[in-house]
Amino acid sequence: MNTEILGVILIYIAAVVLAIPLGKYIAKVFAGEKSWLDPILSPLEKFFFRFSGIDASKEMSWKQSLAALLTINVIWFLISMAVLMNMSWLPLNPDGNPSMSADLAFNTTVSFVSNTNLQHYSGESGVSYFGQLLLMLFQFISAGTGIAICGVVFIAMKERTADMLGNFYNLLVKSCTRILLPLSIVLATILIFRGTPMTFNGKDTMISMQGDTMQVSTGPAAAMVAIKQLGTNGGGYFGANSAVPLENPDYLTNILENISIILIPIALVFALGFFLNRKKLSWMVFGVMTAGFILLVIPTIHYEMGGNPAIEKMGITQPLGSMEGKEVRFGPAASALWEITTTVTSNGSVNSMHDSSMPLSGMNAMLGMMVNAFYGGVGVGFLNFYIFIIIAVFISGLMVGRTPEFLGKKIEAREMKIAMIVFLLHPLLVLTGTAIASHLTAHDTPMGWWFSGNASGWLNNPGYHGFSEMLYEYTSSSANNGSGFEGLGDANPFWNITCGIVMLLARFLPIIGPVAIAGLLAAKKYIPESAGTLKADTATFGLMVFAVIAVLVGLSFFPALALGPIAEHFTLFK
Amino acid sequence: MKRQRQNKLFDRDLMNEAIMQSFVKLNPRIMLRNPVMFTVEVGTAYMLGVCIWILMGEASQGSFAYNFTIFIILLLTVLFANFAEALAEARGKAQANSLRKTREETPAKMVIDNGQLKTVKSSLLKKGDVFYCETGDTIPMDGEIIEGIATIDESAITGESAPVIRESGGDKSSVTGGTKVLSDKIKVQVTTAAGESFLDKMIALVEGASRQKTPNEIALTILLAGFTLIFIIICITLAPFSDFAQTPIPISSYIALFVCLIPTTIGGLLSAIGIAGMDRALRANVIAKSGKAVETAGDIDTLLLDKTGTITIGNRKATNFYPADGINEKDFLRSTVLSSMSDETPEGKSIIELAGINPNSYKLENPTFIKFTAETRSSGVDFENTRIRKGAVDAIKSLCEKAGNSFPKETAEKVKTISTNGGTPLVVSDNDKVLGVIELQDIIKPGILERFQRLRKMGVKTVMVTGDNPLTAKYIAEKAGVDDFIAEAKPEDKMAYIRNEQQSGKLVAMMGDGTNDAPALAQADVGVAMNSGTQAAKEAGNMVDLDNDPTKLIEIVEIGKQLLMTRGTLTTFSIANDVAKYFAIVPALFIATIPALRALNIMQLHSPQSAILSAVIFNAIIIPLLIPLALKGVAYKPIGASALLRRNLLYYGLGGIIIPFIGIKLIDLLVTLFI
Repeated sequence: MNTEILGVILIYIAAVVLAIPLGKYIAKVFAGEKSWLDPILSPLEKFFFRFSGIDASKEMSWKQSLAALLTINVIWFLISMAVLMNMSWLPLNPDGNPSMSADLAFNTTVSFVSNTNLQHYSGESGVSYFGQLLLMLFQFISAGTGIAICGVVFIAMKERTADMLGNFYNLLVKSCTRILLPLSIVLATILIFRGTPMTFNGKDTMISMQGDTMQVSTGPAAAMVAIKQLGTNGGGYFGANSAVPLENPDYLTNILENISIILIPIALVFALGFFLNRKKLSWMVFGVMTAGFILLVIPTIHYEMGGNPAIEKMGITQPLGSMEGKEVRFGPAASALWEITTTVTSNGSVNSMHDSSMPLSGMNAMLGMMVNAFYGGVGVGFLNFYIFIIIAVFISGLMVGRTPEFLGKKIEAREMKIAMIVFLLHPLLVLTGTAIASHLTAHDTPMGWWFSGNASGWLNNPGYHGFSEMLYEYTSSSANNGSGFEGLGDANPFWNITCGIVMLLARFLPIIGPVAIAGLLAAKKYIPESAGTLKADTATFGLMVFAVIAVLVGLSFFPALALGPIAEHFTLFK
Repeated sequence: MKRQRQNKLFDRDLMNEAIMQSFVKLNPRIMLRNPVMFTVEVGTAYMLGVCIWILMGEASQGSFAYNFTIFIILLLTVLFANFAEALAEARGKAQANSLRKTREETPAKMVIDNGQLKTVKSSLLKKGDVFYCETGDTIPMDGEIIEGIATIDESAITGESAPVIRESGGDKSSVTGGTKVLSDKIKVQVTTAAGESFLDKMIALVEGASRQKTPNEIALTILLAGFTLIFIIICITLAPFSDFAQTPIPISSYIALFVCLIPTTIGGLLSAIGIAGMDRALRANVIAKSGKAVETAGDIDTLLLDKTGTITIGNRKATNFYPADGINEKDFLRSTVLSSMSDETPEGKSIIELAGINPNSYKLENPTFIKFTAETRSSGVDFENTRIRKGAVDAIKSLCEKAGNSFPKETAEKVKTISTNGGTPLVVSDNDKVLGVIELQDIIKPGILERFQRLRKMGVKTVMVTGDNPLTAKYIAEKAGVDDFIAEAKPEDKMAYIRNEQQSGKLVAMMGDGTNDAPALAQADVGVAMNSGTQAAKEAGNMVDLDNDPTKLIEIVEIGKQLLMTRGTLTTFSIANDVAKYFAIVPALFIATIPALRALNIMQLHSPQSAILSAVIFNAIIIPLLIPLALKGVAYKPIGASALLRRNLLYYGLGGIIIPFIGIKLIDLLVTLFI
């Protein structure tokens, strides 16, 4: 077999093999069971709790958990705004990088607090080391927030009838200390040994082979790269993200970073099975997610390895496949795998430029974000999937002649209402955002303060590809993914603010919704299963969930995709 | 002879009524109840505006003929949906009217203060009045017998021609207006005023006048409203997208796209499905007090069934005689026959039948017949110096032991064997000496075993309720294949059992007729009262079975499941249809300016206009085509939930994707002939 493809398969299999024991471990953390890390971590956690005056043993209702989550996020938001707008005079700024403008600080703050890590700046010149450290902190806590709130939902699903669903603070701290921190330390250490910088010194000077003197940006990059991958953050230390050798030095680190992207999202699916003691259920969820993932990844690898017909027409052979925007050390297959793993999981780090992918590869990347539940972001991916489960349960429950129920709880009007609002939000934000941008571009509106010049100036490419660039940007924001199609002039108030609003809404409503549903269901009477009950852990139900995801997402985005990547594809491949 | 039922789906009168109603329902205020179809109506009105605009000289929207055709098809879509609802309502009304006919004005003999009778119109009777009925009279109003006993022909209501006995006191004291007294006379106290009787109220419910959306219907409406919203978002945002792509889209195409995509199929049929569910119950001669009750029936986990009449045929029958040691068989037979001479119970009659002796062939001098009482628990006859008794084992045993006679060991053993085999032993004594044992056996209804198996596959647990001792009950329970039983059941036991099941989250259905069943009927999630039962029982339950058929519960559960399944499958079908519609409309919208999108026209539709017309026409005609399915319901098969889901996903999911591809292509071929 082609070694490139073999490499891709090995990366995926290694991720799953590692994810199963990790899932078991996460389930233990959620359940508060003892582990061998206790002697090291318990004092640390106790310090945090004592320092912040939290009683970690006090049970909280789903409403209290959500209130806690939102409150601390507001505080983080304020701290981040303050730091980013004052970096120039704050310490740890050896390169003398400037402070951010208000709109860019808003976008960046929202982006990191919401686990999106959309970057309208370049790390080398846009942020000080202090700023980078702050953003790194958010990479931990925003990922920890996702895992912790997912834990609340797991607890809600486990309980027969309950109002109190664990302690959110406890889950949050332990998600950071016991899940993210140890894994990050391991990954960062390996990265340092492979060459990723980890220093507080300023720019390095080197002499290139041509004899020119170059200034090379460095900084505490290895630590940030580790958590950006593990926490489905994706916010790179440098502008070119994991395509640049300083972040992703060689094929080995590429393997490790790619595994890290999907590791915790997959592990959380298995954690569900271990935690509820319903392993078949997690295999169902895993099966659906994997089916979707594979259906996206195979055509992407196919098109990237196949090469670009436009280049072929020019008489240039493409023995490696489509190499525009790709790193030679990774090749098209590994780049395609990364492109899909990073978009299905809401990670958003890149090792190639998605703007240069073949049209259908770009579409698959967008579809990954439009679904946003094939593994999905840490914690929140399952929450998104949970909404699809609720809708699938409702329709299929009726189809077997019972009023719908999930894990012994009746799904009624209130739950349906919340599920539909959450489901609607994503297409609403993506389509409305793209519609506004399209309208402005189509009429080439002068933008004033919002953008220097007329609206069409923000597109590097006209036509279908330009449309894809705008669609991708909002999809990435709404999916809290953070990767850019690039080729879009996005570092200006218009894109900073509109994407910021989209990220904000798309982060918190899809957390509030599923938690509310799970909380409402947890408080309901438990109905034991009978032969007439639809079981959620069967292949048939998995098929139903998959069909619901495919049809709903397909219907929502088909017209938009037809005008962007699909039109481009059929124009290119006549 | 059963009351004639309307089985024809499209009766001419009903059709006319329904067609008229479809136009009346165009009133936006009525349409607003159905958000999906309301948006279609708004779109239709908008199209009308566009047509007028074109007539006034607008040139950018295409030809008038094309736009007007779209308008007509959209209007038809709304009318078809209204028609489905109207037809279901009309069928319900027709059914209710046939019930009402039995309740026309009849003269009533009212008892006035001095005990005299005065003939008044039945409509003048008030609650609390007392009237008198004798042979041949039609009972004017619902009431309770306060004096007398009578045989009554209830065929007008139940369709059952065999007369029933009603008497004062006890559980069989209620009479229904419209039924006829066949013999004897009774005094009846009116329990409800004219037009407010229990049945009147329920008929009104069935007619849909006071129909409310059920919780599940509300939840489904939310889902459908969500799907409608998403397509509103898609259609609105498509305008700037097409601006960017420099492809002007005419208004008619937007509206066509929108109407095709929103779930009009299920939206148009949803209320028809709900009404038809109640109607199907009515056709099974069950009146449901609310749609919710029918819906709940589909969820039932536990079914409480009375043994007698449901699981076994009526009553027990004598199957064997076992004389005690040293007793001549002939003497034993003689005594058993004599003891049963005056025993009018079916058991008594079956003893004489089994013995094959005419009791009148024995000449008795001044016999004194002893009736069965609850205290002695035995009956018999005294003549000359002989006292023959027949009764329960312990009753006769104590009788014999009091007189100093011992209870024979081998008889005691026989008694035990009979009990373990599910039989009931009756001991016969002569002057307090045991003569032998009669074995009575329950006859289990043929086919009941299969029905219980069917229920088990549906996930419904069956519980037999019986007054028998645990040993007998266990035997019959095993033989009939029920999952559990309550032996020596008192009304409190039923109540306790229901509570217990409900505590563990299960939904329980039961059937009952007596006043002492009323609390349990009220407690149960689905309580079916027999029409012959007392007023209290009928008020407590949420359904009334006009046939007084205890096996009806099983049918009711299936009707409930069918109702939910019909909703689910048509929702799936409706949404699955969108895939093909997209492939018809999206290329049609953009093909002119983006020729590359021709590749999406996988159905090879003739032109953009024919593609849009075909999709809209398909969308409209699928509604009337599915009306029969909506009204009759999707067939329920007890094959387990997963298998059922697979089956329905295949038929309505995959079918829902494929059928419109074929349908739209065929319509396109037809449409092309006219363009």
